[in-house]
Amino acid sequence: MAWEISHLRALEAESIHILREVASEFQRPVMLYSIGKDSSVMVRLAQKAFHPAPIPFPFLHVDTSYKFKEMIEFRERQAAELGVKLIVNTNRKALDDGANPLRLGTERCCGLLKTTALLDGLRAGNFDAAFGGARRDEEKSRAKERVYSFRDGLGQWDPKNQRPELWNIYNSRIEPGESIRVFPLSNWTEMDVWQYIHLEKIPIVPLYFAKEREVLVRGNSVILTEQSFMGPRDGEKLQTVKCRMRSLGCSPCTGAIRSDADTIPKIIAELVAVRNSERENRVIDHDREGSMELKKREGYF
Amino acid sequence: MATLPLEAERFDVEEFLAREQAKDLLRFTTAGSVDDGKSTLIGRLLHDARGAYEDQLKQAIRGGEIDFSLLTDGLRAEREQGITIDVAYRYFATPKRKFILADTPGHEQYTRNMATGASTAQLAIILLDAARGITTQSLRHAYITSLLGIPHFVIAVNKMDLVDYDQEVFHRIRAEFAPFLTRLGVDDAYFLPLSALKGDNVVDRSKNMPWFDGHSLLTQLESVDTSPVTVHAPFRMAVQRVVRPDMNFRGYAGQIASGVVRPGDEVLAQPSGRRSRVERIVTWEGDLEVAHAPLSVTLTLRDEIDISRGDMISSGPEPVSAKALEATMVWFDNDPLDPSRHYLIKHTSQIVPARVEAVEYRVDVNTLHAESVHTLSMNEVGVVRIATARPVFFDPYRENRGTGAFVLIDRQTNATAAAGMIVAAAEGGNESAAERLARLVRAAVPPGAHLNLPAEDETAIAMLRKALQGFFRHD
Repeated sequence: MAWEISHLRALEAESIHILREVASEFQRPVMLYSIGKDSSVMVRLAQKAFHPAPIPFPFLHVDTSYKFKEMIEFRERQAAELGVKLIVNTNRKALDDGANPLRLGTERCCGLLKTTALLDGLRAGNFDAAFGGARRDEEKSRAKERVYSFRDGLGQWDPKNQRPELWNIYNSRIEPGESIRVFPLSNWTEMDVWQYIHLEKIPIVPLYFAKEREVLVRGNSVILTEQSFMGPRDGEKLQTVKCRMRSLGCSPCTGAIRSDADTIPKIIAELVAVRNSERENRVIDHDREGSMELKKREGYF
Repeated sequence: MATLPLEAERFDVEEFLAREQAKDLLRFTTAGSVDDGKSTLIGRLLHDARGAYEDQLKQAIRGGEIDFSLLTDGLRAEREQGITIDVAYRYFATPKRKFILADTPGHEQYTRNMATGASTAQLAIILLDAARGITTQSLRHAYITSLLGIPHFVIAVNKMDLVDYDQEVFHRIRAEFAPFLTRLGVDDAYFLPLSALKGDNVVDRSKNMPWFDGHSLLTQLESVDTSPVTVHAPFRMAVQRVVRPDMNFRGYAGQIASGVVRPGDEVLAQPSGRRSRVERIVTWEGDLEVAHAPLSVTLTLRDEIDISRGDMISSGPEPVSAKALEATMVWFDNDPLDPSRHYLIKHTSQIVPARVEAVEYRVDVNTLHAESVHTLSMNEVGVVRIATARPVFFDPYRENRGTGAFVLIDRQTNATAAAGMIVAAAEGGNESAAERLARLVRAAVPPGAHLNLPAEDETAIAMLRKALQGFFRHD
């Protein structure tokens, strides 16, 4: 009898173990639900981990108000189908003061609408553990993040002083006010995520699939102009381009890619051919050398 | 040899997906320092096996050439100091297999990081510099990785270009190093001459070393056996969670640490000591007829017996149940081991209050000599005796990594203070009051000081003497 298992089953078993540990050892866990493909995989893993019981923790979505419309529609559908409690947190005050990436720059805008809103949301819910869908293969500073990533009372990450993590034994001990960010997909790659979505027929936001969309082409960027402040400047015109999103974020800061991939196998085929990493189309990571690490230290996911 | 799908003439995605699903996973670790060319080797492996993306490559170009070490050293502090101070995980795949690489620093002050990377690895690459030969560092790397129970080793003799690809150099190093590995209990060691800088024997066989009849590093990584050895060990599953959606269902969720389980199997639950039979193996996809390590499942039993989180479900030979353990520990924390301090151990899915009763000896990680000491400091390895408040259910680490491993947590700071590998149940069980007193005295007395004890209680003194044996100096 052969006992080898495929890499996807090995990753799945590991992630389920992590989800169960956290749900059993923490008082108030929450899943940070970002609506993207990684969240969709995390949701499926949570369904599997606690079956036949329902998912035993709520979802928290940090809504910057600049997310794509299709993302919000998908979020509402998912929450209703799963029957989980969905908490949406928005930094209303910053928005009332006119926060947007064009006025503030991406770094300050992310700081207010994502990081601050996230930390406020976690504090308001008194959550001591928060699941995130981040993967170590996304970016160099993430390659060193633990599965259980300790945050002090202010939600800060100290990359030079992380708890050692051995085997599948996770240290869940924290003091009141401290918390843990948990990354059950740490060891998954983008390719693993897509293959799992294909294999498991996991629903994802339609923006991932290529179709003809009205967009603004500016240099190398293909922009879906959902926000009025992102509209055409002098001399620019909207064009119809067959395109899709490779990763989902806020509409002003996440570009589309030209693509014909309108099915998951086609997306996978495209991925095999694409030689650039998936976060390249994110404006925020390139602000300056090591910018992702700086954001993470301040509490960004 | 590796041909990548994008190089194939016609790319058939369905065929690709079918092939992908058949791929297994190899976790491996590298130990070595900047001087050994470790980052260059990994960079070369990622680059040549296409594990690094082009935009990341662009950021790694210095002076017109790719600096491979910039691909792996992730944190700012590391870029500033030019060293690797933590464990970095890298992911890549070839048409045959998926790989997770735990890249760890080599210097002695990072022994703990090396242990961390090794804890989940199935294969270790030990990197040697052909020009410098075997160093204390290479011996230390081999010792730490073997301590963590890695089954497969690759001994990569790097920088062969600097010794003119001389086979004598390679053979001499192999003849010297092989007996040492045998002493450590390493059965599978593959010696390989290479040059990471020039790409010799990394992905493709080197033309510069026709005298070497083995295969390249990547071919070795692709061909080593990955089937979990734990499948052949007796069935063990620690209960992570009791799943109880309603009054009609009571299941025990956990990840199978070792072995195989089927409905109808007789199982033992510890600590209750009650036996029952497996009724169903429940998963989201439906019930299974058989499940094995390392799958995560939920079991239901035929009888209502009291089982909760932290309990062990097993079949076959019983896991050892003990409140006193002998264990090898790698110390992680800044604060040294303090025998008077309260610790917790996390073992499988239970957290148990514990005390380190005695350090039996420390192992000099460079010479492997045992040394008599009272404590362990950061990056030190030693054999200790631990007393736990409740029994733990284990197998020796050498036989079962899943049920033989634990971490020690400092109760005051919550730091992960040490990693432990259980050797056996400690003899003598729990310490007596006199032993405890002796332990506290020992912890309080500075090394080398002469003791001056009252002579009232002959027995207590005799017991103290016995417990203090090895700590007296007879001048």
